[in-house]
Amino acid sequence: MLRVDCLRSVYSELEECLVVTIMGAVATELQSLGHRFNFFYLQHAMGLASSTGLGLALCLPDQKVIVFDGDGSLLMNLGCLTTMARYRPSNLIHVVFDNESLLSVGGFPTATNTGTDLEGIAAAAGVPNVTTARTVESFKAAVIGARDGNELTTIVAKVEATGPAAYVTGLSLIENRFQFARHIQSLKQR
Amino acid sequence: MPVSFTNSSLIYNTLKECDIRLLSALPETWLVHLIRLADEDPKMVLVRLAKEEEGVGISAGAHFAGVKSAMLMQNHGFLASINGIVSFAHLYKIPLLMLISYRGSFGERDPWQTQGGNVTEPLLRALGIPYSFLDAAETVKKRTRQAQTLAESSLQPVALLLTRDLMWEE
Repeated sequence: MLRVDCLRSVYSELEECLVVTIMGAVATELQSLGHRFNFFYLQHAMGLASSTGLGLALCLPDQKVIVFDGDGSLLMNLGCLTTMARYRPSNLIHVVFDNESLLSVGGFPTATNTGTDLEGIAAAAGVPNVTTARTVESFKAAVIGARDGNELTTIVAKVEATGPAAYVTGLSLIENRFQFARHIQSLKQR
Repeated sequence: MPVSFTNSSLIYNTLKECDIRLLSALPETWLVHLIRLADEDPKMVLVRLAKEEEGVGISAGAHFAGVKSAMLMQNHGFLASINGIVSFAHLYKIPLLMLISYRGSFGERDPWQTQGGNVTEPLLRALGIPYSFLDAAETVKKRTRQAQTLAESSLQPVALLLTRDLMWEE
């Protein structure tokens, strides 16, 4: 299963959501499908995309928030699973693309390559709804189910360790950040 | 426990006057009253963290959502947050109001706090983080408001060091 195919399968379902991604392939591939003002790409600070999604979800309880995380990033901030589970915002969907690899820095294997089970860790941390997707169809169904549901969800998507040839895009980090904040302001004025 | 309830309440009420609606915190002795006050306040979103760096992401999310927030941490928690501060708050121009208990400075009896005390201000300076002290009740309100104002106008992290003189009664 390719991460970009997963992203493509849910792209049209993200319009009403706030989307936070990690750096690297996830950010680049989502942008390659078409950037939108409701997408924020955290191009560094590995581990904090999930925490950013939690902050958004707690402050905007009527807004669905989707985080596209990765195994390397999540392994840097496993504690965030316990914090998310403690407050379990029903409007937060935490997707973890698990390619068992630190792809953008040479493809070295992460601990999920040697048996660490992120779905199991999320469940044991107390995330009420956890699942692992191994096909694009089951991934899409899990994301739509979580978006339309009412429970904090972690979806681990097992994907291949392949990605784009380059990671820098034409969108400046600062531009993205202000677009995203303004988009949220515009939602409040609706 | 001789942590000043009076001055903790003063700080908490000041944060409320500054329209802080979300506080992230990791417990430390000097912060116990502040965290309890936040916990008992139904209008405050208190986010208890596993590690302080999470608070950078949470405050960034709150900022994007238009909610004013503050971070409560020990100076060792500041040390544990530095990558997030640099590669999120600085990189993306995110205002952070950081209230940092200044352990390991003059009067410190706990040996394990002392090394962190030595490096707190040098690190703040090295990172270019503007900082000031909450060291007397009379100036808590003014300095806190000023710190928040600067964080929001400059879109960067600003630190207030909570000192022994303010937080500890003995």
